[in-house]
Amino acid sequence: MSRFLLPLIPVAVALIFWGMAAAERRAVGNVAHLGFFRRNGAALSVYLLGAVGLWILLLIVLPQLYMVEFSFRPRLPPSEMGGPKDAYTLANYSYLIFGRPGDPEGYNKLHLGIFLRTIVASIFVTMLNFAICYPIAFFMAKVAKGGQMRLMVLALIVPFWVNEILRAFAFRILFSSSGVFNTLLLASGLVDAPVDFLRSDIALYAGLSYAYLLLMIFPLYNAIEAMDSNQIEAARDLGAPWWHIHLFVVMPYAKPGIAAGCTMVFMLTAGALAAPQVLGGPSSLWFTQVVYNWFYQAFNWNLGAAYAFALLIACIIFVMVVLRLFKVSLGEIAR
Amino acid sequence: MSADVELDHVTIAFGNFIAVNDASLKINNGEFFSFLGPSGCGKTTILRTVSGFLEPTKGAVRIGGRDMSGIGPNKRPTALIFQNLALFPLMTVAENIAYGLRVRGMGRTERRRKAEHLLNMIALSDQGGKMVAELSGGQKQRVAIARALAVEPQVLLLDEPLSALDLKLRQHMRNELRAIQQRVGITFIYITHDQGEALTMSDRIAVMNEGVIQQVGDAKSIYDRPATSFVASFVGENNSLIGKVVQVDGAYAQIKTQMGNVTGRNLQDIRIGESAVAFIRPEKLTQHAAANQNRLQTTVKSIAFEGNLSHVYLVGPGHRHLTMTVGRETPLPEAGADIGLHAAIDDTLILPMGKLASGETGQ
Ligand SMILES: Nc1ncnc2c1ncn2[C@@H]1O[C@H](COP(=O)(O)OP(=O)(O)OP(=O)(O)O)[C@@H](O)[C@H]1O
Ligand SMILES: [Mg+2]
Repeated sequence: MSRFLLPLIPVAVALIFWGMAAAERRAVGNVAHLGFFRRNGAALSVYLLGAVGLWILLLIVLPQLYMVEFSFRPRLPPSEMGGPKDAYTLANYSYLIFGRPGDPEGYNKLHLGIFLRTIVASIFVTMLNFAICYPIAFFMAKVAKGGQMRLMVLALIVPFWVNEILRAFAFRILFSSSGVFNTLLLASGLVDAPVDFLRSDIALYAGLSYAYLLLMIFPLYNAIEAMDSNQIEAARDLGAPWWHIHLFVVMPYAKPGIAAGCTMVFMLTAGALAAPQVLGGPSSLWFTQVVYNWFYQAFNWNLGAAYAFALLIACIIFVMVVLRLFKVSLGEIAR
Repeated sequence: MSADVELDHVTIAFGNFIAVNDASLKINNGEFFSFLGPSGCGKTTILRTVSGFLEPTKGAVRIGGRDMSGIGPNKRPTALIFQNLALFPLMTVAENIAYGLRVRGMGRTERRRKAEHLLNMIALSDQGGKMVAELSGGQKQRVAIARALAVEPQVLLLDEPLSALDLKLRQHMRNELRAIQQRVGITFIYITHDQGEALTMSDRIAVMNEGVIQQVGDAKSIYDRPATSFVASFVGENNSLIGKVVQVDGAYAQIKTQMGNVTGRNLQDIRIGESAVAFIRPEKLTQHAAANQNRLQTTVKSIAFEGNLSHVYLVGPGHRHLTMTVGRETPLPEAGADIGLHAAIDDTLILPMGKLASGETGQ
């Protein structure tokens, strides 16, 4: 019985709140100008803040903290847990850099290589993504008329209803040796033998670029849309060629949007798992795959957590440095 | 180098809607030329066509005798000042002014020198480093003018540049614009729906309505000898009386109105039997009888005292409303009094019936 009633509770709560809001509007009119506490009353305010706070703490902060804590502890068999060996250590992080203690190489060449390659490839994918999305976003924001615009948004969004893994497999089929692209290339006589898109990672980059397209387009669109079109015309009237207008008038204006899109795409690309699993060539590993393997093949959660955080921190530092270089503040991005 | 701007039978259509209909005129080099007309009459459309953002559907635009078709806005010898100015918010004042020069590949020092020169001209010499947002409305205005002048256009196009300013600043900027124009000596094409602005600043004015150019001429001729009933009713205050032409006699015509027969100058070669409108300026109506006058019997409705002037609002037979404007020294009638008004037939104008400006009660 409770199994059926339980899912109804959130629905009921939502309905009650909705009803309260409606009643309030009818009784008081517009309440937007009132402060949070005045508006909701002390009891409800405390409850709301408490509930949201608890939600953030339990579901977002604590699990992450738990993982951080994990990454600083050695992996021990259950019998030794809590024993003398169970002390905080940087060993997991140093493994990423120096490899196994006493390794003749001195450095963990394999993992560091993958780490670097993942970041460099993510930068490349982000730039590719930007190059693809900027014209689309500009067209949508400043050129397209109502109907065209709706059609474009639909065409952009609908493919993302398909789930990520399925989309990755679809790309795999497109790029396989007997796939659409190879069939076309062979038929047109441009190549004699099928191109191995998978081994050369072209499929991977294409798949990754496509995966986060929307996260690039919409911030760009928002930023460009907010710009006064007369500025573009003014620049043109003053004699600017089109590339000059984009480079020195539109892009500086859209900088917060560009930064928002690029950071999101970069972070998500570096942390992507599905596309590299499905589209990566046999020899190429994405750093997330290494993390995945630590967790699920070596069952070494401590090492896995350390690797994951190393990637996260490297990405954050990189993003911060780039934002600094381009003089964008985090506040502007959030706009 | 000459920079006459010539519109040669220019028609501009958006789909089926004709925004500008067969406009032909020639603006001379160095002239301050205004387009005056009510909202939506196609003024901006003409300006955008001259600057190259729109191509005429029919006809041609020539600047300095050269056909401009197919030449983009970045290649024309014109510079446009937008209604909202469209300054670049992320550039400093000096960078804004120098943008057109930077586009042309001018070196940094040269650019700075020229920007400083222009900043001097607009009396903002020490404010080049400010951001645009830190300027006042009038200062932004001047920066927009300097930015446009920096590229040394032969024709400066201004789309209601003063409409966002308050009255005081507006009057100040009128003088300033005129002074700048006289200093740089290039052609200014100015758009406004404010007749005071057009009349005081321009060498010549084109009055437009619904996409059609009604009349081109200097302020005096447009005010004194309007070519159409629209111009007569749009430019300045005017009393209008509608009727049929009953007699034409040399340079004069007589029409029969609800307020009796009215005679006036016939500039448009009007014929007997046609519908026509008689226009009399409020300041031309008096209570003094003299020879060669029209007489109108009216009742005083109300009086508005404005210091040096007073407006007397009157109503005549057929509920025709009239306004008489009199000076300080003239004794005012009592409200409610029945009085006879007079206007010299030479101060009365008979024009063919046509559209009147909205706000005028033509009926
Ligand atoms: N891009 C367009 N597409 C369709 N119709 C347009 C377009 N631009 C202008 N119009 C129409 O052309 C007519 C003239 O417009 P225009 O902007 O030239 O008026 P305006 O005289 O500048 O008016 P205002 O004083 O209000 O600025 C208007 O009826 C307008 O609706
Ligand atoms: Mg306009």
